[in-house]
Amino acid sequence: MNLRRWFLLPARVWMALSFAAPLAFVCGYAFLTRGDFGGVDRPWTLESFARLADPIYLGILWRSVWIAAAATASCVLLGFPLALFIARAGKRRNLYLQLVLLPFWTSFLVRTYAWLFILRETGLVNTILMGLHVIHSPIQLLYNDGAVLLGLVYNFLPFFVLPLYATLEKMDPLLLEAAADLGAKPRRVLWRVIVPLSAPGIAAGSVLVFIPCLGAYLTPDLLGGGKSIMLGNLIQNQFTTSRDWPFGSAASIVLMLTGALLLSALLRSRAARELL
Amino acid sequence: MRSRWLAVYSGALLAFLHAPLLVLIVFSFNASRFTVWEGFSLRWYGAAVNDPQLSESLVNSLIIAGVSSVLATLIGTLAAYAIWRRAAPVFSGSLYLSLITPEIVSGVSLLALFQWFFRFAHLKLGMYTVVIAHVAFSLAYVAIVISARLKSYDRSLEEAALDLGATEWRAFRKVTLPFLAPAVAAAFLLALVVSFDDYVITSLVAGVDSETLPMVIYAMARRGVSPVVNAVSSLILIAFGGIILISQRLQRQ
Repeated sequence: MNLRRWFLLPARVWMALSFAAPLAFVCGYAFLTRGDFGGVDRPWTLESFARLADPIYLGILWRSVWIAAAATASCVLLGFPLALFIARAGKRRNLYLQLVLLPFWTSFLVRTYAWLFILRETGLVNTILMGLHVIHSPIQLLYNDGAVLLGLVYNFLPFFVLPLYATLEKMDPLLLEAAADLGAKPRRVLWRVIVPLSAPGIAAGSVLVFIPCLGAYLTPDLLGGGKSIMLGNLIQNQFTTSRDWPFGSAASIVLMLTGALLLSALLRSRAARELL
Repeated sequence: MRSRWLAVYSGALLAFLHAPLLVLIVFSFNASRFTVWEGFSLRWYGAAVNDPQLSESLVNSLIIAGVSSVLATLIGTLAAYAIWRRAAPVFSGSLYLSLITPEIVSGVSLLALFQWFFRFAHLKLGMYTVVIAHVAFSLAYVAIVISARLKSYDRSLEEAALDLGATEWRAFRKVTLPFLAPAVAAAFLLALVVSFDDYVITSLVAGVDSETLPMVIYAMARRGVSPVVNAVSSLILIAFGGIILISQRLQRQ
């Protein structure tokens, strides 16, 4: 039994010092005052949290929630038919799953950069449209909420497809046959049998997409430019350029808590728990 | 009829997932600086290889990814085995939490801790702070891969070794570890990729002398697109794709 304790020790220490302790620091910093030369100072205060209610920052919060929700909804609409197709693909299932996963495992930075390359003013889309004389001067496709949304959906779609596929794959085909035998048309089978039965997968996939989208930093930064600032960019800014650590910490806590609440709500359902 | 539409749609969506990456690779061989095809050329690859900033950051990235993935694999494998012997809910919980914590939050909180520590020690951000951060986020990936393998491991094998008089360590070393070997290799490759690719956390905890390849690519991408970035990106895509395929094959063994 001793061996087990020794084996666990290095990982425990590493996680405590480089994951738990830093988070504890941020939780403490959120209640302190901004120092004169950056860093933090006393007195203890709730001012940073109060500032989050400022209309500018409420706007950023709202925009982050809105973009993350839109990305999640898009993933549900786009991903559901794909997951259904893969679950019904028989022997080719693994091949299709690989095809979903392979781009996901390649570099996140490169995947985002690829869209920068395609959408910029001298990029592929503008070049083609101008070559076809659809437009005469390049149109601005980047640096707006739409580009951020596209980047997020592109990057996180597999997070939705995988848990949903796992649910659909386990579904008993006899249930669908029974519904059809009893006279239900395919559309009715879809809405009355398949969708309700795959609810845990849809819920799990949605949470897995929403959480990283809400805290996204790289995608809004590269594809949204300065205009499309989201919560992640706000936090980064407070810890670098603005040097307001308490405020950045308060925003981090709000972000973490939102994610944790959503996840714990999801984990209440046993069916969803088994998917994660 | 319905299922044919579903297949067409799914094919289109899968193509959408791959097309941007394929376009990037194709245009990295374009002779022109612009997005108009002017013929096949390796000039951007040549320019990438000769760029001192790129090669310097590549070396940094390789050192950081190498060291942190070895450490993460070692520590993570032992931890996964320990959890398999008897559950450690708090520790497992912290691993899962580290997976869902937004990178930007992990990054700024590590930065805050390091800066606090530097008030007492005469140190500054550098390669080692990046390694500390990378091991922290790689541990969860390693533990997941090893735990998956342990699920199909028969406890009685180890018990037999113990009954035959092996010490706990010897039973682990001679019986369990050989069984885990493919998963350990797979976990190492996965950690390598995850570490090599990280931009967000790295950019926050890296020092002036520890700029990594993603940091340079990011800076170049923001400055305006240079075809050299396309060439480097294509090389990364192909290398990562290969490593991940090997890793997945090892996991299925």
